[in-house]
Amino acid sequence: MPEPITYLEAIKQGMWEEMERDESVFILGEDVGVYGGAFRVTEGMLERFGEMRVIDTPISESLIVGAASGAALMGMKPIAEMQFIDFISCAFDQITNFAATCFYRCGEPLPIVIRGPAGGGTHGGPFHSKNVESIFFNTPGLKIVQPATVYDAKGLMKSAIRDPNPVIYLEHKLLYRRIKDTIPEDDFTVPIGEARIARGGRDISVITYGAMVWSALEAAEKLSKEDGIELEVVDLRSILPYDKDMILDSVKRTNRAIILHEATLTGGPGGEFASFIAENGFDYLDAPVVRVAAPDTPVPYSPPLENFFLPNAERLIKAVRKLAEY
Amino acid sequence: MGAKKAKTTQKGEVSVYALNPRLKKAFEATLEPPKGKKTYEISPTKEQKIEILRYMKLTRSIEDRIEQKLYRQGKIVGGVYVGRGQEAISVCTAMHMKKGDVASPTHRDMGIFLVRGVPPRRVIAQYMGRRNGLARGRDGNLHMGYMNIGLISPISHLGFNAPVISGVTLAMKQKGLKNVGFCMNGEGATSRGDWHEGINFCSIHKLPAIFIINNNQFSYSTPTSLSYNAEKLSDRAVGYGIPGETIDGNDVYQMFDSVGRAVKRARDGKGPTIIECITFRMTGHSAHDDAGYVPGKHFEDWKKKDPIERWVKTLKAEKLITDAILKKMDSEINEEIIAAADWGEAQALPEPEECLEDVYYNQESKWFALKEEIKEETDARANNLSRSD
Repeated sequence: MPEPITYLEAIKQGMWEEMERDESVFILGEDVGVYGGAFRVTEGMLERFGEMRVIDTPISESLIVGAASGAALMGMKPIAEMQFIDFISCAFDQITNFAATCFYRCGEPLPIVIRGPAGGGTHGGPFHSKNVESIFFNTPGLKIVQPATVYDAKGLMKSAIRDPNPVIYLEHKLLYRRIKDTIPEDDFTVPIGEARIARGGRDISVITYGAMVWSALEAAEKLSKEDGIELEVVDLRSILPYDKDMILDSVKRTNRAIILHEATLTGGPGGEFASFIAENGFDYLDAPVVRVAAPDTPVPYSPPLENFFLPNAERLIKAVRKLAEY
Repeated sequence: MGAKKAKTTQKGEVSVYALNPRLKKAFEATLEPPKGKKTYEISPTKEQKIEILRYMKLTRSIEDRIEQKLYRQGKIVGGVYVGRGQEAISVCTAMHMKKGDVASPTHRDMGIFLVRGVPPRRVIAQYMGRRNGLARGRDGNLHMGYMNIGLISPISHLGFNAPVISGVTLAMKQKGLKNVGFCMNGEGATSRGDWHEGINFCSIHKLPAIFIINNNQFSYSTPTSLSYNAEKLSDRAVGYGIPGETIDGNDVYQMFDSVGRAVKRARDGKGPTIIECITFRMTGHSAHDDAGYVPGKHFEDWKKKDPIERWVKTLKAEKLITDAILKKMDSEINEEIIAAADWGEAQALPEPEECLEDVYYNQESKWFALKEEIKEETDARANNLSRSD
C-alpha cells in the first residue's frame, strides 16, 4: 500500500513522471530551479533534470508564457509556472491572443501548461490570493482546470501536459498541504472536460470546483444531519470546457441547483453555468438557480475582511436552507 | 510637446528629420564612405544577387497588385499592409534562413514568405479570405504561418514575438540544433515590454536569436521622435550585453552582411544580436491611410533611396544584369502575379460553419490536408533557390 501524499506532492509527481516519460517536457518560471519554487512544488527537479529542463527565468511573465509557446511550436511541451497565479495578468496578451488562437489561426498545436497557486485563505492580500478563471473563461481555445483532490491533482496534471492545447492549471494553495490521500501507483490520467460526483444526493445539486468542493462536502454533512437535506456535490474539475452532461444530469435528479465558487460573483463562471442550466434544464427546475460566490471586491488581507470575502460551508448552508424552502 | 506637435502637422514643408535629428545622424552614419569601396565580410553569391533582385521585385509586384488593384476593386475585404520600400530587409533576412531556422515575420515582411517558398497565389487567396489561403480565412493579410518552413503566424500585437522567438531558440538549444530564430519588428514594437523581456532572456542564455528592427520611421502616424529618445535603437544592445548595429536597410550589401554576421554569431553559440535597419515606409500604415502626416518631401527623398532601384544599378555596374534580363524578369513576375490573382479569386470562400472548427486541436482537422498541399508547393519553390540549404 503506497503512503498517502499531499495535493502538492501529487502535482509534483504528475510533472515529474511526465518529465521522466517525455524528454520534451520542461519547466520554466521564477525561482523554480535552485530554490525549488516559492511553494516547493518543483523541489529537486533541477538536480534530477538539469538546467536545460528546469529553467529559472527573470521576472518576466510575458516571456515565460511566450517562450513556452515558442518552444511548443518547436515540438516541446513546456510547463510555465506563475509563482502566484495573480501574476498571470502580465502574460494576458501571450495567452489570449497568441496561444489560445494558435490552432484556429494557423493549425499549429500549442501544448503548453500554465500553472500556479490560486485562491485565498492564506492572508495573501489582493495580489497573492486571486482566482483568475473568470478572466480567461471568455477565451475560446483555452482549457482551464482546477483539481480539488489529490487524485485529480496528479491525473489532471498528466492530462494537461499531454494535451495539444494551452491549458491553465490552477492549484488551490490552501489545499497544497492540507489534504492527503493514497493514490494508485500506476500511470493514470483524469480526462479534461469531465466532472465527477463528489457526493451523491437527491435534494440539491451544488456545482463547484477547487477548494470549494471541500466546503460543499462539509456543508453537505451538516445539512444531512441537521436538516435531512441531501446535497449532491458536482466537482467540475474542468472549468473550460465544462461537463455540461453531468451538470444537467444532476439537475434532472435534484431539480435544484446552487453554483459555488471562490471567484467573485459578477462575470464569474457561475453566471455561465446558471444560464446553461436555465436554457437547457428549465423544465426540471423547481426553483431558481442560485450562485454563492465571493463578493465583487478585491481579495482583502486582514483576517476579518478575508473571512468575510471567502465563501464557505456556512454561507452555502444558508443558501441551501433558503433554496429548500422555495 | 506643443511645439513638436505643430511641426509634425506642417505638411510638405519640412523633412521628417526635422522632427528627429537623431535619426538623421544615425542614418548618415550608415552611408558608405564617399571614397573607396566598402568591403563586406559576407556577400551574396552571383546567383543570390539575382535572386535577391527577383524576390524584391516579386514582393513589390504582389503588394502593388494587392494594394493598388485588388483592394481598390473591393476584392480584398480587410486591411492591406505593405512593405513598399522595405523589401531589402525581409528578402535579405530570409536569404540567410536554412532548413530548420524560424522567423517571426511582421505584416511588412512579404519577402520572407516568398523566399521561404509560399506561392504568390496562396498569398492572394489569403488576402481574399479564401479557404485555401494559409489561414483558411481565419485571419487576413500576412497573418499566416507554416512551421514546416519555419514561419510563425504573427498576431497584431507585435513585440509578442520576442518572447516567442526566445522559446523557439531555447528549444533549438535544448535540442542541440544549429538553427537560428529571427524576430522581425518595426521600431514601433520596440517600445513594448515584451520586446525587452524577450531580448533580455535570449541574452542571458546566449540563444541563437536575431532581433531585426525595421525602422521605417512611423508607427502608424507616430514619428520616431515620439517613440523613443535614443539616437540609435541598436544602442539598446549595450543594456543587454550583446552587439547591435544600425545599418541602411535599403542597401542590399549592408543588409546581407549584417544579418549574415549575426547569423554566424548565433550559429556559433555566441548569442543574439540587434540589427536596426533604417528605411522608410513608402505608404501609409495601411491602404486606407494617405499618410498626410508625412511631409511630402520625405517621400521624394526616400524614393531616391529605393532598395530595388539601387540594387538594379549596382548589378548593372557589376555587369550581372542587362536590360534584356530585367525585362524578362519583370515579365515573368508579372505573369506569375496575374496567374496568382486569378487563382486566388477562383478559390472558394470558407463554409460559414467552418467558423466553429479547430478552436481546439483535432486530428480530423482540415488543416492537415491543406498543409500537405502547401508542403508540396513550398518544397518545390524552395528547391529552385540557391540558398545554402
